[in-house]
Amino acid sequence: MSKHVVVIGGGVAGLEAAGRLSKVGFEVSLLEKEDKTGGHLNNWYKLFPDRRSSSEVNEYLDRISINGQVKLLTNTTIEKFSRNKTNLTILTNNGEELVADAVIVATGFDLFKSSRKEEYGYGIYDNVITSAELEEMFWKNNIALVNGKEPEKIGIVHCVGSRDEKVGNLYCSKLCCVTAVKQAIEIREYLPESKVFCFYMDMRMGGAYYEELYREAQEKWGVSFIRGKVSEAGESFDNKLVIKVEDTLAGRPLKMELDMLVLMAGMEMSEGGKKIAALGGLNTGENKFFAAADHHFGSNVSNVEGVFYAGTCTAPMNITETISHARAAVSEVMEYLKDDRK
Amino acid sequence: MGKFGFTISKGRQIDYDSNDRSIAAYIFEREPSFRLCIECGGCSATCTTGNLTKFSLRELNILIKRGENDQVRESIGKCMLCGKCTLVCPRGVNTRNIVSLAKKAFQLTDGYAI
Amino acid sequence: MNIEGKKAIWKDYQKEIADDKYYYVRSCVRQNFFPGSETAFLKIMREELKKDVYEHPCHTSCSGIGYHSDIVPVETTMTIVARQFAIMTEAGYENLLPSCITSFGLYTEILDTWHHFPEIEEKIRVQLKKATGREFNKPKNLAHASDVIYKFRKEIAAKAKFKLINKNTGEPLKVVDHIGCHYAKMFPSKGVGGAEYPFVLTGMIEEWGGQIIDYPERRHCCGFGFRQYLVQANRGFSIACSKEKFESMKPYKPDMIITNCPGCPMFLDRWQYVINEMEGKRYGQNGEGIPVFTYEEVAGLVLGYNPWDLGLQMHQTDCEPVLDKIGIEYSPEDKYNTKINVEYSKNHNLINV
Repeated sequence: MSKHVVVIGGGVAGLEAAGRLSKVGFEVSLLEKEDKTGGHLNNWYKLFPDRRSSSEVNEYLDRISINGQVKLLTNTTIEKFSRNKTNLTILTNNGEELVADAVIVATGFDLFKSSRKEEYGYGIYDNVITSAELEEMFWKNNIALVNGKEPEKIGIVHCVGSRDEKVGNLYCSKLCCVTAVKQAIEIREYLPESKVFCFYMDMRMGGAYYEELYREAQEKWGVSFIRGKVSEAGESFDNKLVIKVEDTLAGRPLKMELDMLVLMAGMEMSEGGKKIAALGGLNTGENKFFAAADHHFGSNVSNVEGVFYAGTCTAPMNITETISHARAAVSEVMEYLKDDRK
Repeated sequence: MGKFGFTISKGRQIDYDSNDRSIAAYIFEREPSFRLCIECGGCSATCTTGNLTKFSLRELNILIKRGENDQVRESIGKCMLCGKCTLVCPRGVNTRNIVSLAKKAFQLTDGYAI
Repeated sequence: MNIEGKKAIWKDYQKEIADDKYYYVRSCVRQNFFPGSETAFLKIMREELKKDVYEHPCHTSCSGIGYHSDIVPVETTMTIVARQFAIMTEAGYENLLPSCITSFGLYTEILDTWHHFPEIEEKIRVQLKKATGREFNKPKNLAHASDVIYKFRKEIAAKAKFKLINKNTGEPLKVVDHIGCHYAKMFPSKGVGGAEYPFVLTGMIEEWGGQIIDYPERRHCCGFGFRQYLVQANRGFSIACSKEKFESMKPYKPDMIITNCPGCPMFLDRWQYVINEMEGKRYGQNGEGIPVFTYEEVAGLVLGYNPWDLGLQMHQTDCEPVLDKIGIEYSPEDKYNTKINVEYSKNHNLINV
């Protein structure tokens, strides 16, 4: 009888891991808390750095990777998670008990809740939106202010909830800089008359073709990059947003009116992940993500025998890295289940 | 100072929206590489003038873009147009041409050369 | 603007405010700046709300003004504060109620310092004992006087003779609230509503019929800043701060400003006169200045107290435009009369008259 592997989380990492596991002959159950798979990918319109459609990746994961070979349980969360002598038992919210020989945790990330950065007035001032909400506007092909008008001046704030001791996140979410650059270009494409300003602390373009995209944003799209952390937003009498930032490279404070402010929300350990960590006794790190057994050569390995990690539940990663990490998790599972260890 | 012994201080804040950024617009149009500056400071580090006077081509770049033109007027004349800055720029910005264009733009605006 | 977003934040910043038996410590400067305010506060607390508010003649300055001017070392300040605590303890009170925002901030800062460095607290205890023979308990509850008025804003509204409503138009008065920096910027959790969107004065104004204005420079300092003002050559910086705020609030046509700090109403009031002298600029409607009030003065007006008993004649930007809008009757000829029939010297440097 083939061995049973449960994958928790139906985002990019979970789908890729589940697909690969089923291809090598395991019986696979994939648990997803929402009613469909795809995770955050469903909310993103186009991907950096090549700006391909996110649905192409989704389609790959569904059709090529999963290909109907996996037992998919949607609207499913976990109530109990325990290690027995020879296997792992999972009790779902639907009362189903799953017995697994190995488990891959792929619970991903949550976007930082931007209202926690009170000074930006998210949820208070009109037209302060998050990067995810801008993607929604891209999907709808309609970048508009609350009053329905087109914005002329748009500011993008990097590092919202990242590299910020005040919200307890010391780490860099790594992908917000390139997301900002991508979104700045998309705004300029959609609204050729608009002006876009990116407010950054450091431009962290550490990925293949990211720096080139940054250059394109400057050269071709005339996006302005101002180095400084926006310290507050307010609303002016004529309903414009007024921001304060230091132009650190000019060494002077700067004030500017904007029509729209887009907050690059960072990545945090997901609430679902936190719950599973507590249920299963899985270690988490100072950054609150799952702590892998070894940073260099055990990034898929947990502290509980038979439980492995895939993707952004361990640290911020882009899609390329997430897919590679998921494949690596599969290889760990294969190694773990190759002898009849039960 | 009058009867109070002090006057109302002028703010240091860059008021982006009310500043005149026409000099920057003039340069952007004629030297698109102006957009590519990432403020690394390579130009200023190698600059002879910058090492001996309070002149920074990197800062000048920003001040032109923000429309802080008075400050630019004050210092741009110090550039000797030697071109060393252009030699080191990692982004291929034609820094030398930016200085020339800025001077030209000021001449057009002000009616006389810097 | 979405008020629900603010309400969500306000919910996160609810502090505990004692409801009776307070030990009141006065401000050094308020009795000169706005002499009716503390008297009005005590009257409201004792006569309207029937609360036990204890004062002791031997309490001193908290020395915050010296601390913030780099004159008094922090250990000395802590020992002085410990003495205030000792007087409170000896009188059998546990709820400390400072009138001054900087005192409130300083008490908060010292209690927090002692919490993190108990050895400092021990040292201060020894110093106080050696110097005065006194011992102290730390206050159980620390609330600023504006917190307490906020807490009882509904009770005050229930007794109100006037509302903050323009009697001619029926519209709520447009009010700018200005919070002292030391109220919550250092310790957001110690302020009602937090530091970014403080609710302490907003709560009062809304309860008493007015409408709060949210303007871009709402969070900006009034400019007092101790160091700035105390040296004459630095005052250009101080007045520039106030001016930035006036410029920013002007388009909203505010009827009045309400404050909860000793310094802020002083500077927001007096600098209007100086700006007018220097530049001929006024920021209110019809060429007037914008009257500036302490929260006790506003509470007193709402309760129907005589404006001259509240000390409104001491404002440099005259308050009459607001009194007229609300419909509060006052006698112009009594403005500078004292209760012992000695006429005050009349201030000639006024705007709005």
